[in-house]
Amino acid sequence: MDAPAAERLPANALESRRSHRDRIGDLALYGLSAAASLFAVVLIGLLVYKIFEGAWPSIGHFGVPFLWEQVWNENGHPEVYGALSLIYGTAITSAAALVLAAPLSIAIGLYLSELAPGGVRGVVGALIEMLAAIPSVIIGLWGILVLGPFVQADLEPFLGSFLGWLPIFQGAHHTGGLLPAMIVLTIMIIPISSAVCRELFLTVPADLKEGAFGLGLTRWEMVRGVILPYTRGGVVAAILLGLGRALGEAIAVTQVIGNRNVINVSWFDFGNTLASNIANKFQGASYYHFEPSALFYLAAILLVFALIVNVSAQVIVKRFELKQGR
Amino acid sequence: MSATTSRQPGLLATGRVRRRKTVNRVVEVAATLASFAAVGVLALMVGSVVVKALPALSWDLFTHNQATFGEGGGGIQNAIVGSVVLVAVAAAIALPVGVLIAVYVSEFASPRIAVVVRTALDILNGVPSIVIGIFVYGLLVVRFRQNALIASLALAIIMLPLISRSAQEVLELVPSSLREASHALGVPRWRTVLQVVLPTTLGGIATGATLAVARAAGETAPIIFTSTLFTNTTSLDPRHPVNSIPFMIFFNSESPDPHLHQQAWAGALLLIGFVLTTSLTARYLLHRGARKLRQR
Repeated sequence: MDAPAAERLPANALESRRSHRDRIGDLALYGLSAAASLFAVVLIGLLVYKIFEGAWPSIGHFGVPFLWEQVWNENGHPEVYGALSLIYGTAITSAAALVLAAPLSIAIGLYLSELAPGGVRGVVGALIEMLAAIPSVIIGLWGILVLGPFVQADLEPFLGSFLGWLPIFQGAHHTGGLLPAMIVLTIMIIPISSAVCRELFLTVPADLKEGAFGLGLTRWEMVRGVILPYTRGGVVAAILLGLGRALGEAIAVTQVIGNRNVINVSWFDFGNTLASNIANKFQGASYYHFEPSALFYLAAILLVFALIVNVSAQVIVKRFELKQGR
Repeated sequence: MSATTSRQPGLLATGRVRRRKTVNRVVEVAATLASFAAVGVLALMVGSVVVKALPALSWDLFTHNQATFGEGGGGIQNAIVGSVVLVAVAAAIALPVGVLIAVYVSEFASPRIAVVVRTALDILNGVPSIVIGIFVYGLLVVRFRQNALIASLALAIIMLPLISRSAQEVLELVPSSLREASHALGVPRWRTVLQVVLPTTLGGIATGATLAVARAAGETAPIIFTSTLFTNTTSLDPRHPVNSIPFMIFFNSESPDPHLHQQAWAGALLLIGFVLTTSLTARYLLHRGARKLRQR
C-alpha cells in the first residue's frame, strides 16, 4: 500500500477492515455449517413425508388390511396387493439369520478380544472387517452362482436326510429360496455384530477379569460371570444393529430368494421380503395403477421397522455409555 | 459353591476341575473356529470372484461398451466409467456437506442442538438403502426423469452420515488448548476452524471419506431407481443415466447367459479390488492420523 493512501486513513482503519472481513468469515462459516446441519434434519422429515406421500394411494385404497393380506397380484382385476407374505419372509429370514449370527458374533468378539495372540488378533480382525466391506451385490452374485448350487446339491439333501421330520426342511431342493437368503444375511450380519462385540468386550476393566481369574475361574467361567453380564446391554445392541442390516437388505436377498410372494413353510422353497420385493418389482411397477404406491407402502413399513430397531439399538448403546461413564 | 468348598479341592485336578477345564477348552476352540470360519467365508468369496473373473479378463473388457441385447461380446467400459462418475459426484456433494455438519456440531452448536443433529445422522444411517432409493425416486426422478446426478445424490445421502460421524469423532479429539491458543493470538474463529482445527483432523476425515466412497461404490439399491435407462455408450455427462458396475453385476446375475455371468464376475473383481484397497488405505490413514494426534 502506498504512503499517501495510508495517511488519509484513520489510524484504526486497517484494523476495522480486517475485523469486518472476519465478521463476514465467521458468519459465513456459521451460516453454511448451520445450514448443512439443518439440511440433515430436514432430510429425515422429507424422507418420511415423501415415503408416505408415495404410499398414499395404496394406503387410501387398501388401508390397514394391506398388512395381513397375502395376495400380490398386479394382473388381477382389480389389482390386489398385500404385504403379509413379505412381512413373513422378512421376519423368518432375519430371525433365522440372527439365531445363526448372534452366537457366532459373540464367539468371534470373544476370540478377538480375549483369546487371539497379538499378531493374529490384528490380522483376523482386519479380515473380518473386510467381509463387512464387500458390496451386497457381490455377496448376492456369489450367493446365486456359487452358494446356490451347493445348497441345492449338498446342504438341502443333507438337512433333509437328518432333519427332514421338521416341516421347514421338506420339499424339493432349489438353488434359490429362503435358506440361501438366511445364509447370505448371516454372512452380512456377522462382521457388523462381531466388530461391535469386540469393542464392547475390550471395555471390561482388567481388574474385574483378573479378580475372576484370581478366584480360580477358567476363562469361560470368567466370560460368563464377568464379561457377558458387564456388556449385556451392548451385546443386545450389537445384535440389533445386525438385525437392522438384515431387515433392510434388498439386493443380495432378491438375487437369491426366488422372489415369490407366497408363504412357504419349507426353507428350501422360494419366498420374498419387503426390501427384496421393492427391488424386484420396481422396474415394471409403473405399468400398473396401484403397484408403485404399494411398493412405497412396503418401504413405509420397512422404514418403521428399521427405525424401531436402529433407534432402540442406539438407546441401549447410549445407556451403556452412561453406565460406563459413571 | 458349597459343594466345592466341602470337597476341599487340592492342587491336583479332580474330576470336577477337569470337567470345568474341558468345557473351557471346548468353548475356546469353538470361538477360534468361528473366527476362522468367518475368515474362510471371506477367502471363499474373494477366491470365487478371482477364479471366475480371470477367464473373462481381457483388454476388450475395458475398452468396449456392453453389447446391445442379442449381440455377443462386448466389455464393461461404460459401467466402469459410469461408476467413477457416480461416486465422484456423490463424494463431491457429501464431503463438504458432511464436514460442515461436523464443524457445526463440534464448534458452534449448543449441546442440545448437537444431540438433535447427531441423532438425525444416526437415524439417516439406519435407513435401509432401498428406502433411500425409493425416496429419491419419489422426490426427484418422478419430476426430472432418471439421470446420473440424481443417482449421485442418492449415494451422497448414504455417504453423508458416514463422513459426518467420522469427522465429528476426530474433531472432538482436537485438544481445546489448540483452539484457545489460536483465539489468544487474535485469530478469528473461522480461520481457527479452517487453518488450525481442520488441518489436524485431515487424516481422520480422509479415513471416513475413503470408507464412505468404498461403501457408495458398491451400493446397488439406490441406483435401480435412479440410473438404469442408460444407453450402451461411455459418457462422462451426469445429465443422463449411466451404467455402473454394481447395477451391471445385479442385472447380469439375474440373466441365464454365461457370457453375462462372466462380465458380472469381472465387474465383481474390479469392485472388490477397489473396495478392499480403499478400506486398507483407510485403515492406514487411521493409524497414521492416530499416531500424529498422539504425538501432539
